[in-house]
Amino acid sequence: MPVLELRDISKNFGAIQALTDVSFSIESGEVVGLMGDNGAGKSTLVKVMAGNYPPSHGTMHVAGEQVHFHRPIEAREKGIEVVYQDLALCNNLTAAANVFLGREVHKGMGPLQVLDYAAMYRRAAELFKELKSETRPRDLVKDMSGGQRQAVAIARTRLSNPRIVLMDEPTAAISVRQVAEVLNLIRRLRDQMIAVVLISHRMPDVFAVSDRIVVLRRGRKVADKKISQSSPEEVTGLITGAIEGVR
Amino acid sequence: MAISIDDTLNQRSHGVLGWLFSRQTFWVFIAAVLACLALSLMTDTFATPQNLFNVTRNFAFVGIIALGMTAVIVAGGIDLSVGSILCLSAMVVGTLMSWGHSIWIACLAAIFCALLVGFINGVLIAYIKIPAFVVTLGMLSVARSLAMVLSNNKMVYQFGPDQAKLLWLGGGTTFDIANPVLVLAALAAFTGFAFRWTTWGRHLFAIGGNEQAAVLTGVPVRHMKISVYMFSALTAGIAGILEVGWLGGVTTNLGQGMELSVIAAAVIGGANLAGGVGTAFGAVVGAALIEVIRNSLILLGISTFWQGSFVGTFIVIAVGFDYLRRYRQSD
Repeated sequence: MPVLELRDISKNFGAIQALTDVSFSIESGEVVGLMGDNGAGKSTLVKVMAGNYPPSHGTMHVAGEQVHFHRPIEAREKGIEVVYQDLALCNNLTAAANVFLGREVHKGMGPLQVLDYAAMYRRAAELFKELKSETRPRDLVKDMSGGQRQAVAIARTRLSNPRIVLMDEPTAAISVRQVAEVLNLIRRLRDQMIAVVLISHRMPDVFAVSDRIVVLRRGRKVADKKISQSSPEEVTGLITGAIEGVR
Repeated sequence: MAISIDDTLNQRSHGVLGWLFSRQTFWVFIAAVLACLALSLMTDTFATPQNLFNVTRNFAFVGIIALGMTAVIVAGGIDLSVGSILCLSAMVVGTLMSWGHSIWIACLAAIFCALLVGFINGVLIAYIKIPAFVVTLGMLSVARSLAMVLSNNKMVYQFGPDQAKLLWLGGGTTFDIANPVLVLAALAAFTGFAFRWTTWGRHLFAIGGNEQAAVLTGVPVRHMKISVYMFSALTAGIAGILEVGWLGGVTTNLGQGMELSVIAAAVIGGANLAGGVGTAFGAVVGAALIEVIRNSLILLGISTFWQGSFVGTFIVIAVGFDYLRRYRQSD
């Protein structure tokens, strides 16, 4: 059974048709690359899955159960976590503080509750170790490399044992060496049977890590095929419209 | 030699000394201590119990409000209305007591008024999203005007049956320490604790660091903003009550321009107006340093007209020093 399934999702903003009858599904432990030019509807589709917008038409199913999200928190409760393009990190806080932001761990009794620093450092260190990232929980995020920042943002999604992680352009603004680090992080998630939707412009990154690729053009799905049966040239053609849709 | 990932993960980024040296608050504290030492050697009037008593009491009022202001600044905001809230709170206490009410009722009413003003500030800033600078600038005007309406712009100096208690509260001592100083110490300890050990404090720093991130991660940003403006108003309200007791009378120009001294104290103490940085200890040290500068000019026989120049220069030096240090680090 697919962990997430979209059936005929459409989304319009007034007269603007952002998505038209998009269907796709993703299994546990699968990495799907979602590609398309600017304005193709990638961001809208992610926001529908993340609960930022309700779809105009169509249904979504998480592990076979139909869901209706009105707010991001509801998507999170169903096990859908998002790594935002700008990572949503606070530079002035430590890595551990960022991982636990909004979900702090407390100790104490009754109304006397204080932050449990030791527990948060310990758990954050475990998460970074799982991700095989050399990120120190006590370091401030402002002193970190792009790859370490990604690790912090991804570790945050791991707090709740998610089923699906949506990653919006994780390799857009970082150096080549750090890209390799981020792709490894995605493989770690996959190894733990988490489904990953990777939204990216960067063809080599998508081909390096994805099992399957979905291409959007002008709000419609024009391709959905295994990486092994496609090529960067074909995908470029699909994105630009040089090749019509393949079914 | 191989370093395992565990060693790396558990390593602290720098030692206690490195951490201290990287703090603006630490250097300002050192400057304040050096200034006190120099004054003790240069004059025989500084290190007298009476002068130290005066100095500490004088900065207590600014220090108390600087704690609230630091919380606001940490969350990326600013509160220009504190001087007027202080005046309003002082006037509510004075007027109610002059009508014969007990000190308890008067103080509770004053605190309630201050909190209400802070609540209105917070709602306008958090829900209607008017910039904090504009909202609190408007409140600066409104709160002082309300104090004028309440008192008919007359001085209040008769405080009814509980007059002695009020004068003791602001002007008296406990264990030879001025009461406002004790209140400052208690509030500073409370604020410092809240900053470091509570979710409220953690969320405050998160909002100041990256408000959008705080929203996305589920921090109740709007409630936090309301609470922080209420906290700042509360500190101004408490300072107002103490100041009436100390002065023994209240006029509607009480606390005029005080918001600037308070912001100066917070900024000298290391609060960053861009948000996300600041400490309770820094607020107290900043307020103390301004008062020590003022006091030293008087004791050294320098005209008090120079005071503004010295304080202003110090604001720029304290913040500029921090920028210079970071500039060097990034090289």
